[in-house]
Amino acid sequence: MRDFWRRYRRNKGAVLGLVILFLVILMAILAPVLFPGSPWDMVSAPFMPPGEMGLLLGSDSLGRDVAAGIAHGARISLLVGAVSTLAALLIGVTLGAVAGYLGGFADDAVMRFTEFFQTIPSFVLAILLVAIFNPSISSVVFAIAVVSWPPVARVVRAEFLSLRSREFVQAAEVLGKSRLSIVLTDILPNALSPIVVLASLMVATAILLESALSFLGLGDPNLMTWGFLIGAGRSVIRLAWWMSVFPGIAIFLTVLALNLVGEGLSDALNPRLARQRGAA
Amino acid sequence: MSLLSVENLTVALPPGGDRPHAVEDITLTVDPGEILCVVGESGSGKSITANAVMGLLPRSLPVKTGRIRFEGQDLLDLTPEAMRRLRGARLAMIFQEPMTALNPLMRVGDQIAEALRVHGAGGDVARRVPELLAAVNLPDPAAIAKSHPFRLSGGQRQRVMIAMALALEPSLLIADEPTTALDVTAQMQILRLVREIQSRRGTGVLFITHDFGVVAEIADRVAVMQQGRIVEQGPAQTVLNRPQHPYTRSLIAAVPHGAPPERPAAGGETILRVANVVKTYRRGGWFGTSATVRAVHDADFTLAKGETLGVVGESGSGKSTLARCVVRLVEPETGEITFNGTNLRPLSRAAWKPYRQRIQMVFQDPYASLNPRRKVGETIAEGPITHGVPREVALDRARELLRLVQLDAGAMDRYPHEFSGGQRQRIGIARALAMEPELLIADEPVSALDVSVQAQVLALLAEIRQRLGLTMLFITHDLRVAAQVCDRIAVMQRGAIVEQGPTAQVFSSPQHPYTQQLLDSIPGRGWTPPDLSQAA
Repeated sequence: MRDFWRRYRRNKGAVLGLVILFLVILMAILAPVLFPGSPWDMVSAPFMPPGEMGLLLGSDSLGRDVAAGIAHGARISLLVGAVSTLAALLIGVTLGAVAGYLGGFADDAVMRFTEFFQTIPSFVLAILLVAIFNPSISSVVFAIAVVSWPPVARVVRAEFLSLRSREFVQAAEVLGKSRLSIVLTDILPNALSPIVVLASLMVATAILLESALSFLGLGDPNLMTWGFLIGAGRSVIRLAWWMSVFPGIAIFLTVLALNLVGEGLSDALNPRLARQRGAA
Repeated sequence: MSLLSVENLTVALPPGGDRPHAVEDITLTVDPGEILCVVGESGSGKSITANAVMGLLPRSLPVKTGRIRFEGQDLLDLTPEAMRRLRGARLAMIFQEPMTALNPLMRVGDQIAEALRVHGAGGDVARRVPELLAAVNLPDPAAIAKSHPFRLSGGQRQRVMIAMALALEPSLLIADEPTTALDVTAQMQILRLVREIQSRRGTGVLFITHDFGVVAEIADRVAVMQQGRIVEQGPAQTVLNRPQHPYTRSLIAAVPHGAPPERPAAGGETILRVANVVKTYRRGGWFGTSATVRAVHDADFTLAKGETLGVVGESGSGKSTLARCVVRLVEPETGEITFNGTNLRPLSRAAWKPYRQRIQMVFQDPYASLNPRRKVGETIAEGPITHGVPREVALDRARELLRLVQLDAGAMDRYPHEFSGGQRQRIGIARALAMEPELLIADEPVSALDVSVQAQVLALLAEIRQRLGLTMLFITHDLRVAAQVCDRIAVMQRGAIVEQGPTAQVFSSPQHPYTQQLLDSIPGRGWTPPDLSQAA
């Protein structure tokens, strides 16, 4: 564990990413303390520029505090990112494991099914799903999960294919372990590194997807999100730039942080690769 | 004057290694027309020595002190450009892996021609290339020159490498384990070829190997390396038959000697009978022509209780597939695998489970056969736990087993990467024994190990076999190991058992021509290691 942290620390960008991510999470947790009351409440005159009337980031067209919106929106964005990634992992790992471990016909069937999803543009499919199920936080999470599992399934399948023929897996087979226990205790732990790296990047993509859906007005109408803030500010961007720019910066920083963390994890979990990079 | 003389060479290791120097204060010479064998176990610094002479050391391994004099000039003083001109032309090297040392996308002839052209000798390529290929005894040089490397066997590729190395008639040839990756018959052909070239052209050869059989076969002089130092150096006959240094003595004592001991025939009841098993591999998909390989056919054998049957053969002979059929890692198409009277082949996965306890396997690669994410104790105990033994009991038993395989109980809570290859192989054996099997299948259990470690593991297997009364199916490509371990031998060639019989009989009067060829190819057949057990 200490070894892992030492290797992670070698990548300066990854440490920066972790710090940013930590700050965003802190902001999300402290939102009710920093900005008590609902972010939907009108607290000042509309279209106040940043810094006036005690509002750090200005107010929107209805006089709502943009800073409060960003802080409260962080909770929803992070929540959607994390939950939809977990759901996508559940689908992707299961299907990938089945395809990679069983091989043969099961592999063919699962991979054709995966390709079917990959041929549909993911954002269009997500819009369609949210539109069908009525916009709500659960339908948004569901839609994001459904469009983002195929890469997971492919990665997991590839890892399983190569691990399945390793001697320690054959040894487990000879010991008479059940298929499920071989998959869960022998193969999966050894395939975890790429899955963790992929997951950190998927959280970033999920946040972007959610923002894009909210921007189009397909987010949960009862919840303040970053995408909604940008979408609301879009029509008055020349009049009140701060309404779109600050939520945009929040998305940018969070996604950047997640990508940096993902890269750092990938270095730390593949020591051989990281060492080469360090030496070069 | 010597062709090559290395004087007091010291090469540093990067800080944090297990010792400060990769090689320390080594001195050796190679005369024209002489073969110097550098022997040692893995990590002894023998390859570093070869790379230092070729000027191929990575930047992280700088030469600290010493000189390397070749034909009168000091190689360490040369500019990279001058060194480049010397390499290939005067100094040539052949590597261990013939599979990766050739460019897969280039025809073999073109690669040899390139070696000539680089050194400005490209004028008569068309004549020289077939000549060189003929000189390394390749059949039909014109056809070989037009083939891509993947069409050639390992032995043929190694000959192409030698042809390339000899293209400019170098005065020194460095061979870094050139036969380690080859089958024994191919190895013998390469060794004979090196011998022949060296005597015909008067080339000096620096030959790196870990195998004393190879040394006995070709060396004029021998240098033995241990942990970066040369501990003994002298004429081959002296070092092989009257070794002085304790390390050399221990290495030579560990060499499995070809003479099989007389063994009483094991007259127990038949425990395993394999009959009419056929396994065919098919390649190619829905479209296009598919190729089929008959991996195993015509390989019937029986195994009596308490005996050890050795299955020997070269790579691709189907010996591993046969072993895997017995434990159902590979499912054969037809045939009967009868274990204690039950035909195992038609059984379902669930019906097989009770037999998993009774048939266990030890794998070849100690680095791949243990789950890297699981502690050693868990690894050993997991088999019995799977079969319903309470966890505490299984862990206690694992502790006992570690003692049986001569590891201390502290190993329980450590991960596989903290152990050496030999220790890992012991853990693999302990895992198999934890099930208290009646039949143990050992698939090349010592091929990946150094010779002294190999001897320890073989001794351990012999002891366990005797103490627990195990029946063993022992797969190996090394006839010397088979002679030492097995009661009976089955020789496999291209998926079929061509000869089968008591070890002593197979070794003293082989019937099948292939068996005779295999036996003739054992390196160092003419050399019987001296008995050092009393003197040491």
